[in-house]
Amino acid sequence: MPYNSIVLVKQVPDTHNIHGDVMKDDGTINRAALPAIFNPEDLNALEMALQVKERYGGAVTVLTMGPPTAAEVLRDALYRGADRVVLLSDRRFAGADTLATSYTLKCAIQKIGAFDLIFCGRQAIDGDTAQVPPQTAEKLGIPQITYAETIVQLDANEIVVARAFPLGKEIVKCTLPCLLTVVGSANQPRPPSARKMIEHKLAATPLEYNTLLSQWQEFETEEKLDAYLAARNLKIPLWTADDLAVDANRLGLNGSPTQVYKVNYVVLETAESKQIPANAEGVAALMQELVKEYIVG
Amino acid sequence: MTTNNDIWVFVEQEESKLADVSLELLAKGQELARRLNSQVCGVLCGARVEELAETVIHHGADRVLLADHPELENYRTLPYARVASDLAREHRPYTFLFGASPLGRDLAPRVASALQVGLTADCTDLQIGDFESKKEKRVYSDLLYQIRPAFGGNVIATIVNPNTRPQMATVREGVMRRRDPDTSRKGVIEKIAPTFDARELVLQVLSRETRESTVNLKGAPIIVSGGAGIGSPENFELIRELAHILGGEVGASRAAVDAGLISREHQVGQTGTTVRPRLYIAAGISGAIQHRAGMSESSKIIAINTDPHAPIFQIAHYKIVGDAAEVIPMMIRAFREKAK
Repeated sequence: MPYNSIVLVKQVPDTHNIHGDVMKDDGTINRAALPAIFNPEDLNALEMALQVKERYGGAVTVLTMGPPTAAEVLRDALYRGADRVVLLSDRRFAGADTLATSYTLKCAIQKIGAFDLIFCGRQAIDGDTAQVPPQTAEKLGIPQITYAETIVQLDANEIVVARAFPLGKEIVKCTLPCLLTVVGSANQPRPPSARKMIEHKLAATPLEYNTLLSQWQEFETEEKLDAYLAARNLKIPLWTADDLAVDANRLGLNGSPTQVYKVNYVVLETAESKQIPANAEGVAALMQELVKEYIVG
Repeated sequence: MTTNNDIWVFVEQEESKLADVSLELLAKGQELARRLNSQVCGVLCGARVEELAETVIHHGADRVLLADHPELENYRTLPYARVASDLAREHRPYTFLFGASPLGRDLAPRVASALQVGLTADCTDLQIGDFESKKEKRVYSDLLYQIRPAFGGNVIATIVNPNTRPQMATVREGVMRRRDPDTSRKGVIEKIAPTFDARELVLQVLSRETRESTVNLKGAPIIVSGGAGIGSPENFELIRELAHILGGEVGASRAAVDAGLISREHQVGQTGTTVRPRLYIAAGISGAIQHRAGMSESSKIIAINTDPHAPIFQIAHYKIVGDAAEVIPMMIRAFREKAK
């Protein structure tokens, strides 16, 4: 039987590749030097959803909340095989902590409609909290299976999942619908398909029409562009707070109980530092010093 | 609803053994409770775990809320979340602390979402202090400061929950010091009789296997760590060899773990293990904050990296600008020479 899946994804700064140019001398971060990427474990979640679709049928809908540029990860999802994508973007969503984020996602998921499975990455590499998926599952009133590595069995209304922890494994059986958070060891995400990239090259949210019009002047007006994209299923839906049945007090900064009291730019520095030449003599002298000071040996 | 200043700790147990992180939290809880003139309360769930309640008291709880029920035998999100949420709703403690373990990271967000309160993940310190809200033009006194390294830069953020109770946080294992049990400590044990409805029992655990870690990063006096700059599994063998001859443990950055060079239990840093060895050798590690925050208190740090601007050099006592795959064999040779 076919299963309808929703995949929650996030565009994140690539915190895995912090190089010298990113850190300023005062300890602050040059964010512009960090590229925005598809959160790595969200790609594993998308891959798991696509494999379910290929095996059993059904549709894969990818949802993200973020600034207008987050449309990039949605296009990437289309290139990899998602059937439908939705961007949640609104200034009123901004400044959301994990509680407000999960509330907004819950409202959007309810608008999407019936689903069997929700897939999320285990955690995002910018905050590393892993909180949004369980918080969303709670708000939807459905069970969650975190640290999912393999779908062992999917049969009618029941799923068997192998969970992988740093120090152990667990096999659980659960009824649908449920939410899974997927670990990086689950699979090797497929690359974007060249054919799908060509098909979806123009896929855009209304927030990107201005940019598209400057590149493709033949469309003349936003209305003509919108009609063209909509007719070819290339219009990425943009949902704002007005499109969702929401309590505005639970969105964004207003709906976030946590507040950042302060941020310390700690410049971790050592008082004394020695440069050791990268040659046999330099290294030998260093090892000798360590032995002499009883640090090794 | 009554409010109070009590510090609650969710006490994790597996097969009747209390988790280290829970014992660390009980010790920290005592410190916070002294500051607030309040009590530490442990929430203990399981099946046939009654005898553990006394141990929880010995480690710092003044009171234990004990939910002993056959459905709580194995950890499962929904029944555990039901017990924890109901108790927190009824008693509205000042704070509710969880370990940032796989269990705590599964359970705490579920509970926080049900209670609609704030939750801070992966704290490395907790303190009590005042918070001045400029927006509301008022001062909140004695809030829980939830301190954690944040965002991929070199920053430490202090988070507060001014208006919601309990103030919830998960705390990393190994960053707080546990205390030796005091068997003369006395406390109150209150038994809870939870009931569950069928919707909370839809998940079954078919099998579960856990293993003891063979890696002892926390206690290692010397750690040799490799990063993505090591390049290949073959080069990573050099890291193992150096660690072996120095009598140390093998560590790794998250990038090396993600690249599949080594298993996750070797990971040092904010999302791995926090370490304070006598000597830390960082080879091919650029030094993202997640990593540096987890090893910056090492007594001596040697960094080897081809990028002279790599952040790891800011905290290194000895800097070697060069390819770790060439430098490590030199170190191995030099140490063997010394040993002769």
